[in-house]
Amino acid sequence: MTTHPPSPPTAFSLPSYPRPEGLHPPLDSPGYRSTALRAPHQPPLLIPQRLTEITGPLLGEGRVAPADADLTTQHAGEPLGERIIVTGRVLDSDGRPIPDTLLEIWQANAAGRYHHKVDQHPAPLDPNFTGVGRCVTDSEGRYRFITIKPGSYPWGNHYNAWRPAHIHFSMFGRAFTQRLVTQMYFPDDPLFPYDPIFNSIPDPRARERLISQFSIDLTEPDWALAYTWDIVLRGTGATPFEPQDGAR
Amino acid sequence: MTGGLTPSQTVGPYLGIGLPWPDGPYVVAEGTPGAITIRGRLFDGAGDPVPDGLIETWQAGPDGRFDHPDDPRGAVAKEFRGFGRCPTGPDGSYHIVTLRPGPLPSPDGGTEAPHLDVSVFARGLLNRVVTRIYFADEAQANAADPVLASIAGDERRAGLIATADPDADGTFRFDIHLQGEHETVFFDV
Repeated sequence: MTTHPPSPPTAFSLPSYPRPEGLHPPLDSPGYRSTALRAPHQPPLLIPQRLTEITGPLLGEGRVAPADADLTTQHAGEPLGERIIVTGRVLDSDGRPIPDTLLEIWQANAAGRYHHKVDQHPAPLDPNFTGVGRCVTDSEGRYRFITIKPGSYPWGNHYNAWRPAHIHFSMFGRAFTQRLVTQMYFPDDPLFPYDPIFNSIPDPRARERLISQFSIDLTEPDWALAYTWDIVLRGTGATPFEPQDGAR
Repeated sequence: MTGGLTPSQTVGPYLGIGLPWPDGPYVVAEGTPGAITIRGRLFDGAGDPVPDGLIETWQAGPDGRFDHPDDPRGAVAKEFRGFGRCPTGPDGSYHIVTLRPGPLPSPDGGTEAPHLDVSVFARGLLNRVVTRIYFADEAQANAADPVLASIAGDERRAGLIATADPDADGTFRFDIHLQGEHETVFFDV
């Protein structure tokens, strides 16, 4: 590795990413029982963002093969279920697209079962569906996955608990402060009112931003329905903007 | 202020199918000159291991620089990934093989001691929690570190300092306690 002489410790300025107060679910959310022994009790210590926080891994093409974005072609046969397109953009809250950034997704199959040994839901596994995808955003921050609409599934949180259908999404952005893992939901899911994970987000408008929108324009005739979902990561606050709520 | 931003949700119990990479724990390949291994376990508030978590690390290279356009000191050789990722095992254990980071200049003129930023993801965590790993054999640098200095209590501060494993050369131990008597210091960044 090339070594460089250490820079003299003189003052310099760095970009900063304002903290999104009230956006994320409180870690201690009693309705979601697994938080009880895992949510820290001490409040997190606020620290200034320095070099380690305003930089981050720039993981791009090297980690992804083109086929990774199509979850329906990873096996010998096609998976069962409703084929869908999920597409959108990764932006920062200043309205700037985030190009060349890695997205990773994982999900249950059409029957609501994960390809994971811990998942014992008595629904069938699909030998043609693993439920894992990756892609890198293009120069305008766009991503596009082809997959199967995941099923709802029961879980042990409380009596008759069912998760709304969702796809897990992991994003890096370009700074450690922007790292985000979340879940994308589908419009009009009847399970929303009963799900403590979805409802752990305090602001109902922020909750709505996790719900994708059906798009007839991007739906491909005789082939697949399309859902659009934009992901907005923390910006530097350089030019704050408030998107129209209708656009989510 | 939540304008337009996407909120976090838990990774849930099945992150193991989506996030681990075969080379995730190897920021550098095993056997790389100067490589160290950081090993530890993730515990919940009952003291039980967390078997379904994910540890991610981000750090400067040994020269204290980042391969990133916002590092004001300019471009560096793109040889060091700086990023590590390891799912926890049935006993809550993880490991990261990497190079020791160098010290960093702080914008206010001070110097940050060598450290790794750490994200912890798990079922039951609705958002990641963030901590830092420092090194016990950097006592002088640690004493001058602005983040460590901001932590009240010697015991809590000590929880962020990885200790050399006397039985394994080049190995450091760093356990993470999400909750309880030995709760790790987590940061709002």
